[in-house]
Amino acid sequence: MKKTVEFTLNGKPVSMELDSSRMLLWVLRYDLGLTGTKYGCGEGLCGACTVIVDGKAERACVLEMQAVAGKTVTTIEGLARNGGLHPLQKAFVEHDALQCGYCTPGMIMNAYGLLLEKPHPSRSEIIGHMDGNLCRCGAHQRIVQAIETAAKQAGGGIR
Amino acid sequence: MKPEYAGQESVYQDHLKLDFSGATPSGPSLPLDRRQFLQLLGGGIIVCFTVPDSLDAQEGERRRGMGQQLPQDFNAFLKIGGDGRVSGFTGKVEYGQGITTSMAQILAEELDVPLDSVDMVMGDTDLCPWDMGTFGTMSTRIFGPALRGAAAEARAVLIELAAEQWQVPKERLKTKAGAVYEEAGQKRISYAELAKGQKILRHVKGVAPKPQPKDTIIGKNVLRRDATAKVTGQAKYAADIKVPGLLHARIMRPPVHGAKLIHADTSGARAIEGVQIIEEGDLIAVLHPLPDMAERALAKIQAQFDRPAPTVDDKTIFDHLLKVAPQGQTVAQGGNLDEGRKAARHVLDRTYLNSYVSHAPIETHSALAKIEGNKLTLWASTQTPFALKEAAASLLGFPAQNVRVITPFIGGAFGGKSNNQQAMEAVKLAKLAGKPVQVVWTRAEEFFYDTFRPAAVVKIQAGESEAGLVTFWDYGVYWAGERGAPQFYNIPNHRTVSYGSGWGSTPGSHPFATGPWRAPGNNTNTFARESHIDMLAAAVGMDPVEFRLKNLTDARMLRVLQAAAEKFDWSPAKAPSMRGFGVACGTDAGTYVAHMAEVAVDKDTGNIVVKRVVCAQEMGLCVNPEGARLQLEGGITMGLGYALSEEVRFNGGEILHSNFDTYTIPHFSWLPQIETVILDAKDSPFQGGGEPPIICMGGVIANAVFDATGARLLQLPMTPERIKEALFKRES
Repeated sequence: MKKTVEFTLNGKPVSMELDSSRMLLWVLRYDLGLTGTKYGCGEGLCGACTVIVDGKAERACVLEMQAVAGKTVTTIEGLARNGGLHPLQKAFVEHDALQCGYCTPGMIMNAYGLLLEKPHPSRSEIIGHMDGNLCRCGAHQRIVQAIETAAKQAGGGIR
Repeated sequence: MKPEYAGQESVYQDHLKLDFSGATPSGPSLPLDRRQFLQLLGGGIIVCFTVPDSLDAQEGERRRGMGQQLPQDFNAFLKIGGDGRVSGFTGKVEYGQGITTSMAQILAEELDVPLDSVDMVMGDTDLCPWDMGTFGTMSTRIFGPALRGAAAEARAVLIELAAEQWQVPKERLKTKAGAVYEEAGQKRISYAELAKGQKILRHVKGVAPKPQPKDTIIGKNVLRRDATAKVTGQAKYAADIKVPGLLHARIMRPPVHGAKLIHADTSGARAIEGVQIIEEGDLIAVLHPLPDMAERALAKIQAQFDRPAPTVDDKTIFDHLLKVAPQGQTVAQGGNLDEGRKAARHVLDRTYLNSYVSHAPIETHSALAKIEGNKLTLWASTQTPFALKEAAASLLGFPAQNVRVITPFIGGAFGGKSNNQQAMEAVKLAKLAGKPVQVVWTRAEEFFYDTFRPAAVVKIQAGESEAGLVTFWDYGVYWAGERGAPQFYNIPNHRTVSYGSGWGSTPGSHPFATGPWRAPGNNTNTFARESHIDMLAAAVGMDPVEFRLKNLTDARMLRVLQAAAEKFDWSPAKAPSMRGFGVACGTDAGTYVAHMAEVAVDKDTGNIVVKRVVCAQEMGLCVNPEGARLQLEGGITMGLGYALSEEVRFNGGEILHSNFDTYTIPHFSWLPQIETVILDAKDSPFQGGGEPPIICMGGVIANAVFDATGARLLQLPMTPERIKEALFKRES
């Protein structure tokens, strides 16, 4: 059953006619061409598809479009502002906090969700929040350091 | 845009259509004549080079599997363009190991140019000459010296050009910052000016590179050059590629390996709007412009399979593997085992078991095939783009030069992306559908078709004197392969025998496909050897580090062991000391490593917490220490998985995992404090960096668990159940 679903995507209004039981991940990647959000498991178990919905980190692979209606969605493509990297992106670059890079957008978006909720997380809060995001290359130590750096530099003002 | 990253559209793409199909072992290397080649490259100074066939014996197994030799003529080249930019062209690919950065450093160093004026063009079969593939930690240690040699040749050409122009002896000329200058100081000319309008093609003749100790770019910490593309979501992987008219495929799979399709009813799937069904023999696939709709349609197919009765499972596999093992091959021996047995006061006999593990890259196997007339373009997550090109051409009956494989960024490989099954599926479906087709495996397909690291058994009998000197070492490894099997201790009487190859298709051995997995064979061999050495130390009441030092004379190993002990602040004690400290060391890809770990074991739950890991690595001349540290940390973190949790559960051909809920890979909460030491070896050749740091993880944790509890684990992974069992065994 096709329905109209309206939401805000990376700051811009979007209106789509679609089967609203489809998952946000596929709509982002194939209907809207935003391939920065990755498929990794399809069951919310790896975090590669993490996006921000109304300020909270969500798994796009298990989020039906009807749950997105009327909400605000931010993907990795919407994170950089005014042509510059977001503090989290910058920290990931400066810490070499990635290898193959495939899990990286999900890592950054999940970390972004954490900082929106808790601008000054402790190391154990970072680890607890990131625990469901999987990285196979083993960049974990640097990812934690990058999040600590970004939080410190933003000084509570992450957005 | 600069062609800086593998996978990005390169500026060369439009005007450079090179055909290197002839550069295979059987044919001539350069199908174009010299003039055409230069024209297509836009002129400049081009130096072609061959990666020497100096693969060591450890790689023999893999090479035989490839069935290919390196080409006779050249398989990489570099270009200095009229704009002064330096480009390296190679069939190697980037899957996270950082070679887009380190190879550029090698070129910049030898050519005396700033790092940001170097581009790497990689893994595109139309732009790069034939390459065997990217694996075995060979990119730096085997390819690196050849790349450096070619750069030395190019620098010599630049100096010759300047010498001719100025009519001065070339001995008086030097290079710096992308220019040639006369030592006396007056004359200076940039590479851009020298290369402009030139059409020079050279093959490497053997100009000596600059002396290593004077390096300023090699040995410098450089951040990853691909990071910005990756943190912004702009980096493209094979599943991110799109072409007009693209259809997404979902393929019907058998429930277990070896199952035969009896009947399939596709009528339910056909009812979904926009679906195209492909049925050809056993291949049934659903195509749709949207992948999730293809998935829904696939779920509506009703199929019946004839399932073979299971004959082995994850518990009986070890007995099975011992039973079907072929005759062994002696890979190392010395002295006389009988003499060694006579001299021994303590003899220790143990059998070690290691499980199948999955590669589990976060990017599943992906590919897109587009056929236009008699031409195929294929984007694929692959470690072997040139092998794929040949296979795809042969499947379609196209001449090889009509097939182009483009390797975008790869989302992790670890040895698991060499078979190209998904890409061949895409090719076949594109042909049958008459439209471009993308195949992106689901996580369940990834676990089902993975070429697992083989389960293996190691049997060791060894003896020592009262003073703790090992007098003999009799070692047999079954199905892990010989890499890392020969011991490096100073043992007078020893024999190492390998039964069955590390992977491959010996019928009746494994119930499903197996293949190379990061440092193939070595994780199993190092776990067994280092556990056994630890037990020999405990049997004579010696500290495990002291015991190793006493039985070692290899200077490189002594150095890494001492460096690790210093960093860890190891103080000698007989194990079990209840501190939970462990040590293990090993060699891989020409590199020496030593690990130390601290663990805590919860005796009620059997849970292990790895609190700290120290790794010292001597890898010869290290191109990018920061990039190498990243590999060390990655190896340690990934290695926690095969040590603690990763084990493929199966019943016959049925794989009992379809996702990360039951197959657990390392999480953030497992993260120990990691400290790494890269030993200075500026006068040494390049060695391997990415695989060695993972090999000790099983052994170092097993030894730390013993130190913490007195319980010895002889099987990986060390799950809570196995820990509890070992503790129970110790108490009773």
